[in-house]
Formats: sequence, C-alpha cells, structure tokens
Amino acid sequence: MSSDETEGSRSSSDEPRKMPNDPEPLEHAPPEHVRRGQEERLLRAWKTPTGIRYWSEVNNTEVGLWYTATAFIFFLFGGTLALLMRLQLAKPNNQLISAELYDQLFTLHGSIMMFLFVVPIFEAFSILVLPQMLGARDLPFPRLSAFGYWCFLIGGVFVCGSIFFGIGPQGGWFMYPPLTSRFQKGAGADVWLLGLSFIEVASIAAAVELIVGILKCRPPGMRINLIPLYSWYILVVGVMILFAFPPLIAGDILLEVERIVDWPFFDPRRGGDPLLWQHLFWIFGHPEVYIVFLPSVALVATMVPTFTRTPMVGYTWVVLSAIGTGFISFGLWVHHMFTTGLPGISLGFFSAASQAVVIPTGVQIFCFIATLFVGRVTYRLPMLFLLGGLSTFLIGGLTGVMVALVPFDFQAHDSYFVVAHLHSVLIGGVIFPIIAAIYYFFPLVSGKHLSSKLGRVIFFLTFIGFNVTFVPMHITGMRGMPRRVYTYPAGAGFDTLNMVSTVGAFILAAGILLFVFDVLRPKKKQPFSERNPWGAGTLEWLAEMPDKPWGVRSIPEIDGRYALWDQKNFMRDVDEGRFYLPDAEEEKRETLVTSPLDAKPIQLLRVGGPTFITLYAAIFTGGAFIFSTFHLWWLALASTVLAIGTIIVWLWTGTALIPEKREKNVGLGLTLPLYASGPTSVGWWAMLITMLGDMTAFVSLVFGYFFYWTIHQDFPPKSEPSPRTAWLLLGLGALLIAWALTILARRLNRRDHALGFYAAALLGVALATFGSFALIESLTRAGMNPRAHVYPAIVWLLVVWTVIHVALGVLMQLYCVARRVTRRMTAEHDIDISNVALYWHFVALTALVTVGVIAGFPLAVR
Amino acid sequence: LVILLSFGLRSMPELLDHGGNGEPRIRISGEQWWWRVRYEMSGGAKFELANELRLPRGVRMPLYLESPDVIHSFWVPSLAGKIDMIPGRVNRMALHPTRTGVFNGVCAEYCGVSHARMLFHVVVVEQDEFDAWANAQQAPAHAPETSEATHGAELFAMHGCGACHSVRGTSARGVIGPDLTHVGSRVSLGAGILDNDVAGFVTWLEKTKEVKPGVHMPAFNMMSEADRRAVGAYLDGLQ
Repeated sequence: MSSDETEGSRSSSDEPRKMPNDPEPLEHAPPEHVRRGQEERLLRAWKTPTGIRYWSEVNNTEVGLWYTATAFIFFLFGGTLALLMRLQLAKPNNQLISAELYDQLFTLHGSIMMFLFVVPIFEAFSILVLPQMLGARDLPFPRLSAFGYWCFLIGGVFVCGSIFFGIGPQGGWFMYPPLTSRFQKGAGADVWLLGLSFIEVASIAAAVELIVGILKCRPPGMRINLIPLYSWYILVVGVMILFAFPPLIAGDILLEVERIVDWPFFDPRRGGDPLLWQHLFWIFGHPEVYIVFLPSVALVATMVPTFTRTPMVGYTWVVLSAIGTGFISFGLWVHHMFTTGLPGISLGFFSAASQAVVIPTGVQIFCFIATLFVGRVTYRLPMLFLLGGLSTFLIGGLTGVMVALVPFDFQAHDSYFVVAHLHSVLIGGVIFPIIAAIYYFFPLVSGKHLSSKLGRVIFFLTFIGFNVTFVPMHITGMRGMPRRVYTYPAGAGFDTLNMVSTVGAFILAAGILLFVFDVLRPKKKQPFSERNPWGAGTLEWLAEMPDKPWGVRSIPEIDGRYALWDQKNFMRDVDEGRFYLPDAEEEKRETLVTSPLDAKPIQLLRVGGPTFITLYAAIFTGGAFIFSTFHLWWLALASTVLAIGTIIVWLWTGTALIPEKREKNVGLGLTLPLYASGPTSVGWWAMLITMLGDMTAFVSLVFGYFFYWTIHQDFPPKSEPSPRTAWLLLGLGALLIAWALTILARRLNRRDHALGFYAAALLGVALATFGSFALIESLTRAGMNPRAHVYPAIVWLLVVWTVIHVALGVLMQLYCVARRVTRRMTAEHDIDISNVALYWHFVALTALVTVGVIAGFPLAVR
Repeated sequence: LVILLSFGLRSMPELLDHGGNGEPRIRISGEQWWWRVRYEMSGGAKFELANELRLPRGVRMPLYLESPDVIHSFWVPSLAGKIDMIPGRVNRMALHPTRTGVFNGVCAEYCGVSHARMLFHVVVVEQDEFDAWANAQQAPAHAPETSEATHGAELFAMHGCGACHSVRGTSARGVIGPDLTHVGSRVSLGAGILDNDVAGFVTWLEKTKEVKPGVHMPAFNMMSEADRRAVGAYLDGLQ
C-alpha cells in the first residue's frame, strides 16, 4: 500500500482486474413497467408468510434472525448462571447455593456459552449475512438451515431447562469420566450427552450449508482470490467444525453407550481408560477455541476496512494465516492435558506447537493494525468495541502463551488463572466483536441504527466490568484457588479478590442489560438509516433500508474485493436489474450456482420455499434424543421412526424435483440449466462434505481401538475371543459387491436401462442386508461380550457403526427404486442415485476399514 | 517466543523428575473426597494416614499418585505444580521442600459435589523430627485415658465405625474410610475442613452432610450430644 494514497482513498492495491470475457451490466435499464413487473414477481416468490405461517419460513434472513436471537437469549441465560455463581463466591463459606446446584451452574454456564452461544451465533450470523455478502438470494439448502435452527432451539431449551428440575448436568463442561460415567447416576450427564450431541449435529448441518454456500453460491466473477475475508474465515471455520465436532460426537457415543449399556470404554477395571475421553474431547476442544475465535476475527476483518476506508492490507497473508491457524489448532489439544502425567517428550512437542499458533494469529493482528495505520480511521461506535475486544484478547493471548509453557501450566492449570485466561480470550475475542458486529449490522437487519450514545455507556460498563471481574482472578489463581469450587475457606487470601470479581461481574451485567434494552427499545419513530450507512465496500450493503426479502435485486458480476467501492454505478446497476436474474418469471425462489474456483455460473438453482416439515422433522428428531435421556425407549423408537418418515417425506416432496424445462435465460445473454447432478450440483457437494465429517467420527472410533492397544501390554487381550475372520470376510465381500451394484445401478439408470437398474439396486439391498448379518454373526459366534472388556466393546461398536451406515444405505437404495418407479427419477434427472452412490463409496470405505482393523489387527499382532 | 520456549523446555526435566524408585515413598490416593496417604519406609515399615503429608526438609520425596474412583489432581500451590490422579494409572512426581512450615493443598480437578471440600496439609519438618513422627505413626493407637474417652471408644465400636475405619491395635479394621489410628495428631479434620479438636469431631459427626455434601459417611445425629462428645474425646486422644 503506497503512502501517497491519501484522502478518501478507496482504490485497492489489488486493482479490480477485468477479465476479457467478463460481461458488462446492461447499457440501459429495462423500462420502468418491466422493472415493476420483475419486482412484483420477485416479491411474490420471496414473500415472507404472515400469521402463524410466518414460522414456516425458511429464507436465510428470517432463519438467521431467529437463530441469532435464540443464541443471544441462551447467552443471557448462561450469563445469569454466572452471576449466581459470583454471588455464591462473594464471601468465603457462603451458604447461598448448595454444592449440587453450584455444580450444575458452572457445568451449564460453560456448556451453554460454548455449545449454545459462541458456535451457533456465528453460524446464525453467517446464515443471516453470508448470502447477501455473496450476492446470493439464499443459501443452497434453506430448509436444512431451518431444520438446524429448530433442532438448536429444541435441544437448547431442553439442556437449559434441565436445571429448573434439578437434573442439570454436573460434570463440568468437559465431562470427564469416570465421574460422569459411573459416579453420577442421575439424568444430568445424559442431558448433556444427548442434548448437546443433538445440537452438534445441527451445528454440522449448518457448517455443511455454509461451506457449500461459499464454494458454490458466489456471484459470477468472484474468483477465489476475491472472496470477502468474512467468507474466507467462515469457510475455514466450517471446515474446522466438520473435523472437530465429529471426534466429540464419537466421544459422546462412547460415553453414552457406557452409561446406557455398560460397555466399559472408560472403566479401567475392564480395560477402559478415562484418558481416551480427554483426547477425543480436546481434539474437539482446542479447535473449538479457534472455531469461536476465527469468526470474530472475521468480523474484525470486515469492519476494519470499512472504518479505515481502505482495503485490508495483506489480504493473501490474512487468508493464509487464517488457514494456518485452523490447521495448527488441531495439533494443540494435549496442552489441556499437560498435568495428566504424559511423557515429557509429548509435553515438549505440544508446548512448542501451542507456541507456534501465536505466529499466524500474530500475522492477522498485525495486518489489522497495519490497515488501521494505512487508512484514515473513523472512530465510530463499533470501532470502540473492536479496539476494546482486540486489547482484551491480546491480554488473553499473552496469558495463553504463558499457560502453553509446561512448567507454568503445572501451576496454573485448573486454577482461577485459567478461568481468567479463557474469559479474556472469549470475551475479548468473541463478545466484544459480536457486540461491535451487532451495532454494525443492525441497520442491515432492521433498517435502523442502535443508539451510539447508549453504546458508549455500554462499552465502558462492559469493558470496566470485564476487567474488574477477571484481572483479579489471575491473582486468585496464582494464590492457589482451584476452579469449580462452590466455596473456599476464609483467610486464604481469596476473600477480597473474589468480592471484587463479583462486583465487576455485576458491572459487566449492567452493561449487557443496557445493551439488551437498546436492541429491544421501540424504534417506531426513529427514521430509517441511509443505505450503506458505514460506507462499506462489500455486497451485503446493497441492502435497501428497510430491506426487501429477495436479497439482491439482481445478481451482480464482480470484478474486485470491494465492489461497492471499485465498480462504477454498481448500486444503480444492481437496483435497476441490469445484472443477472432480475426476474422470477415462474415466481419460484431461484439463485445462481457457480463453480468453486472461478465462480463461473453453471446452474440456476431453485431452492425450497416455506414449509413446516422442517419443524416437524426437528420435533421428532429431538423427541428421539430427549426420550432416550429418560430411558423411555419405546417413545424414543417411535420418535425415531417418525423422524425418518418425516425426513423422507421432506426429501420426496422437496428435493431433486424435475423442472418443467431444461434451461432458462438468466439475463445478460446467459442460459443456465435448471437441473444438475454429480459434482456440478450442490447436493453432491453437501453429501461429500457431510460424509467427510462422518468419516472423521469413524476415524475417531478407530483411533480409540488403537489407543487401547497403546495403553495395554496385551491387546487384543488373550483372555478375550476375537471375531471370526471367515464371517467378517464374507460380510465384507457382500458389502463390497453391494457397493459395486450401487455404482452399476447409477450407470444403468443413466443408460435408461430400467430393468437393469431395479435388478442391480435390489440385489444390492439384499447383499447389503446379508453382509450386515454376517458381520454381526462373526462377533456373536465368537462369543464376544461387550460388557466384559473394552476390547469386545470397541469391536462391537465399530461393527454397529458400520451396520447402521449400511442400513441407511439400504434405505437410500430403496428410496431410489421408489423414485424411479414413480418417475421422479429418470435417466437424465438422477441426483438421487448419484448422491446415493457417493454415500456408498463411504460405506464401502467404512466397511473395509472396520473389517481390516478388527480382523487384520489381531492377526498382525499375534 | 523461542527464548520463552527454550526456557520452559529447559526447566522441564527438573520438574518431571519424580525422584527415582527409592524409599521412603509415599502413595497418595485421591478418593471422593479425601486423601489416603500411605508411607512405605525404607525398612519395609508401612503406615497409613489421611489428608496430611509430613515431609523432611531438603529431601526429594517421591510420590505415587492414584485414584480408585474419579480423576483428582494433587496440588500444593506453594510447593509444586499439580499432577492428575487418574483411575487405572499411577502418576509420579516428587516434592522437594526447602523450608519448614504447613502448606495448604487442594484437589485441582473437579471430582464431584465436594470437590471444594477436598483439602489437605503438607507439614514440612526437619529430618529428626520427621523420623520421630514416622516412628510414632507406626505404633498402634493409644488406649483411651479418661473415662469419657473410654466410653467414646465403646460407642465407636458399638456404632460399627470399625466397618469403615481402622484404628490399629483395636478391632476397628475397616478400609473404606480414613485410617484413624493417630487422627488426633493431624492438622485438620474432614480433609482440611474442620479444626482438629473435640468440637470439630462433634460437628463432623452431627453435620456430616452439611460440612461435606455428598459424603459417603452417614451423619451420626441419632447419638446424643454427650455421646458425640465422648467419641470426639476418644478420637482426639488418638495422638
């Protein structure tokens, strides 16, 4: 960035580069009456239902808003729990709150903040603004977003509500067994495991949605190097969620299976090991820190250029270091386990890795600081929160470097020092940027500004409150106060410090309360904001005030990173429908699908409209989890069947619909197909990405198998039988043939060979069923008892995992047969079988690995 | 960063040094919610106490840390960092105190309801004092001296306290709860919660659940106040 660019400089060093073949917007706007007609049709297609049917809406604007509001309400609830804890800790030996209740308070506080607030709020926020940022009308799977939201709401209310019935989880937010497996008999741990697994599934669904949205639903011309930084970060975070949550889900499965049917995964008396949980939890838990931190960096990266009127300095560096941070964050988990007695060499390695993550984080922060220097900073309110957040985060980062050192961590670990550290990181790194973002994006959502006068008061209340609360905690921790204690003895040097922290917590709470007031206060009389009130350069600020439900009036061709700054008459061209897709001729909801790298338009995607079916599906899915918590097995089973049924109806009526015509003119002389299958389609990508997450969970279970081998001299133990190899190979053979038949079925369908297709698919179903029975038979014939020892338990679990996947695969094959019979799937329109074949690749891989491990490993070792 | 890291890594071998395999050694077991402490002396003598460690000044004492139930973590902030006690594993560390005094210890890994009530003391004394103490600890319990204490001993036996507690030299041989052979000599009661005097024992017997929520021992509030005092006098006399 050259220094001679002064006053109002808005050109970027990466000058917008026009590709020679890039289409231009229409020379002249369509005539007034044509435009009015287009607008009416668009409005009818994207109209938000009213009355009770409002809740059937699936559009990203509504769902994103509900999602954000719900996550924020959970945040307030979690904060209230924290205040109760601070009240209890205000005095030594305080009798206000019983130990049992206090344990529920801190467990829920941590769990709610982590699982119901910081992760979901970013997904929520992204669902809300990402499509607009990418000039898309919606995300590719709006109904999936809605389903995810309803799951989140039901699961969240369930988990939060448990405390009112005294059955809240009380294992701490990381739920270490054996405390949570054998020593807490109540439903609390089940609430945590099942309730939060349910929400994690919703989180993964949202991640898939966002990844596909960023890869496939960008505006034409937005090549990979022009993607807004926010989207880059969300892409990185989405991928991280995809690989970080499944190990936790695998851990949840192991722990819940131990609780329900007593398979001894974490019971040392029968070969289990509590440390396996810690590994799985922290393989999730550490990336989690960056999963919540990177999106808020993304917000900073969005707002800093706006408020400095300068493109981000070092765009490429920021993107690369975001990816680097995401990558390294998976290699740090052991620093949460320094005190578990691991060998010194592991401690040294992970200590070094933990220090290394500072480097990419530093690069990003220096790029932001450089941007602040280069540009002309306008100190508007969101900036205040950003700077406050950044400085707080830096303090948290520095104490983070301290605790990453093994010797220091031996002292600080599990003390109030760590409490102070993690709150600096999370409040500085997440809460302040979120409040900044809410001030920043509020006009986009409601068309009006929040009060900047109140905002200043709120900033100082929260900033001061935060520091008064958490700075003393560093000292409390160094003086030896462990975390998670419901009380402490008088005169041990903790009394005053704790009182100060409690006072601080209430100042912080006052700030948050005032903020809630500012958001909720009636703004009827307040005028609408001007368009693009902050003078930003990114596409979401094309929004009108108040916004129209269609997203963008026409989908623009993009030449640079800050189109609103770089492209002349950009807003006019978009508004007058001079770009793509200015019309909705059939009054259907449509958006463009582009290629992942070059963003060349390749398909016109019709997305789902309002429906209640996602709500029903979420209710039944939730029922399956919630009834299981209370061991009401018949109800849980009924609920599962209903959930599967509802989802089938949803897919049957709402997906892979055959359009009335093959292709359609989308404007600017471009004609796009309305139907795509295979790698061009969004559904194929969603399946691929989902299955990558699924494989990660599977790999985590396989990791468990080998983990047990590393801790036992004798594994597989000689006292326990191993599965019958012949039956395993028979089962594997059948499953692999079923896989081949599925691929054959897809080919035969493509050739319009109906009979061949039916034969291949049904034979596949038969062989898959037989293969599953053979796998189970190999265990029962060998007399493997999963309760006796961890070895049979983990073998059984791998087989059950495989069989469940095969069962789903069978269901899918039957679904395809039914689609073909009813002519909803044809030779040309074959999304269904194409995605099912993709799914079966993963099933085959799962079966191959399972059998390879459980049959091959005992042979290899003996 | 590199300097910091190399400094940190440099100091690790010393911190991780767990004092070799020699004797005496101390086995500490974290149990919900107290500390079982077993000394294995060089001569093969062994004795058990609870919630208290006594160490000679200037000696590196190897510790073997374990747990029969859930994960605990052994932490004496003034003396060393913490190491977890994990069921199914034995973790090792060493304490090397350089000055005498009484140091507070806590459980640093959340271990259930009374996690906050799981404290202990480390008493560092000179070597000769330590030897005398260790010899005294190996001896069986003192017989009660006053008539109240004798009555207390009878009540102790009658209420079946010996099912869970040991008092060496008597019929009480339980192993579930803390060994009480020399309980009167310890710094505190109930894992660092109450003062070690007759009143402390009375409170413990009467308000067991209030003092330590979730504790496995039942409260003995069906005993009369006088009986509780008698038991207290007996136990307090076990110096």
